[in-house]
Amino acid sequence: MTTVSSAEHSRRDFLYIATGAVGAVGAAAALVPLIAQMNPDASTIAAGAPVEIDLAPIADGQIVKVFWRSKPIFISHRTKKEIEEAQKVDVANLPDPEPDSERVKQGHDQWLVVIGICTHLGCIPLAHQGEYDGWFCPCHGSQYDTAGRIRKGPAPKNLPLPPYAFISDSKIRIG
Amino acid sequence: MRGNSTYQPTNSVLQWLEKRLPIGGLVHSSFIAYPTPRNLNYWWTFGGILSFMLGVQIITGIILAMHYTPHVDMAFRSVEAIMRDVNFGWLLRYLHANGAAMFFLAVYIHMFRGLYYGSYKEPREVLWILGVILYLLMMATGFMGYVLVWGQMSFWAATVITNLFSAIPGVGDAIVTWLWGGYAVGNPTLNRFYSLHYLLPFVIAGVVVLHVWALHVTGQNNPTGIEPKSDQDTVSFTPYATIKDGFLMVCFCILFAWFVFYIPNFLGHSDNYIPANPAVTPSEIVPEWYYLPFYAILRSIPNKLLGVIALFGSIGILAFLPWLDTSKVRSARYRPLFRQFFWLFVIAAVGLGWLGTKPPEGIYVILARILTFYYFAFFLIVLPLLGIFEKTKPLPNSISESVLGAKA
Repeated sequence: MTTVSSAEHSRRDFLYIATGAVGAVGAAAALVPLIAQMNPDASTIAAGAPVEIDLAPIADGQIVKVFWRSKPIFISHRTKKEIEEAQKVDVANLPDPEPDSERVKQGHDQWLVVIGICTHLGCIPLAHQGEYDGWFCPCHGSQYDTAGRIRKGPAPKNLPLPPYAFISDSKIRIG
Repeated sequence: MRGNSTYQPTNSVLQWLEKRLPIGGLVHSSFIAYPTPRNLNYWWTFGGILSFMLGVQIITGIILAMHYTPHVDMAFRSVEAIMRDVNFGWLLRYLHANGAAMFFLAVYIHMFRGLYYGSYKEPREVLWILGVILYLLMMATGFMGYVLVWGQMSFWAATVITNLFSAIPGVGDAIVTWLWGGYAVGNPTLNRFYSLHYLLPFVIAGVVVLHVWALHVTGQNNPTGIEPKSDQDTVSFTPYATIKDGFLMVCFCILFAWFVFYIPNFLGHSDNYIPANPAVTPSEIVPEWYYLPFYAILRSIPNKLLGVIALFGSIGILAFLPWLDTSKVRSARYRPLFRQFFWLFVIAAVGLGWLGTKPPEGIYVILARILTFYYFAFFLIVLPLLGIFEKTKPLPNSISESVLGAKA
């Protein structure tokens, strides 16, 4: 028996390629559940629902730590001095330029709400420490000011702001 | 594998098996009749020691897994229960924890030996790259095992290391969430690390088989770096190499036992006896000693993305070593300049390890930057140029001649 290879594209070639292509798509589709199962599951997402925080007990100059989506949230009741320090900074010279007005909600200058995770490698910075009177990260020495902006060290970004809103003057909802 | 075996079992049952599965011949040709260079020194015994340590880690690990609970509320306590309640649990855990350190000690000696004697050069490139893959797998396995203890250092090591991936532009945060299975390191993270920590040692064992296979195709390098030319240049694996390997393995076990029985927590960090607390980062974070040089490289660079690239680059560059070293002469014995740069490299690597334990400030940052520069310059500048400019010493005509003198 001899096999003749034709220079022409035959229907058989088409069938081979089509079969292979369908197989490749199927194999790729089979990877989707194998990879997606590692993302946060339904219970984790459900537990990440918004939380309401009463601000009334937080004294002037106090910083409290609350948890939302297993992340620490710093709520800082800033003093007049701290607000002034944050506002008088020359924004253009910051590593991640943001004016203080973009860091707080309008009319609530005294309340700074940030996610308390260092933007370098995820450690929790220590409050009221460092050269800028804000936060100091013990892991690799990043320093944040009273608006949670990165001022010095290896962290590339300001402490991120969580989504939140004032429900009343003394209550916020995070999430 | 090289050297077709002349293995002829006399036992009729073994003859019957050999016709159907020639496993006896494989073992005989690989580990008994296999020719090894006659001049191998003790630095060549660490491959055997590494196989032994892998065995120790797998056996103690499988037993520890019978008593350990991978859940954030119970992991730390189950480890303490192993230490206090399980029969000989303290011994098994200390063997496993110190065994990891011994494993890394042996692999570093093994790697520096390969570097010194040019064991990565043609035709052993694939052998070397398989070794780099083994080293990466060891690092991943060691890291995930450390997390399972779920102490403060475990938790924050997991946080810092997974956050390395957040440096990737665009998709970094999505990747980190995917690694965690949540919005922070938590129970899903612990569970998957446990699963992978159990899996990876067997992947390592598989790659070890490839590594040994590649070794037996090319044959071993030796202190002269020249290939065996006649039967005079080699001796059989058994008894010569087996006994030599066995002797140093026993010596190595004495060191291992000294750590396990006398200073079992010397290499660990006391903070890891504090249960994991997601709300508080310890005042100083240091990795296990075997990651310290890379940690120092990461910290020496003030930019997050570049720091992470340097960290992974410092390991990845090893895979390109066979092509970065342009010298035709393998062994440092005949490369006077290379030898000096080699020892400087050893000092830089150990120095970076020391700097990794220091706070990232003042003189330590400057020193770490200098040593990081040398680390990369060794591979990217020194090795390519030495091949062109170095005047090497004359090579002996054969391994026998180098051992016995010219009269042989």
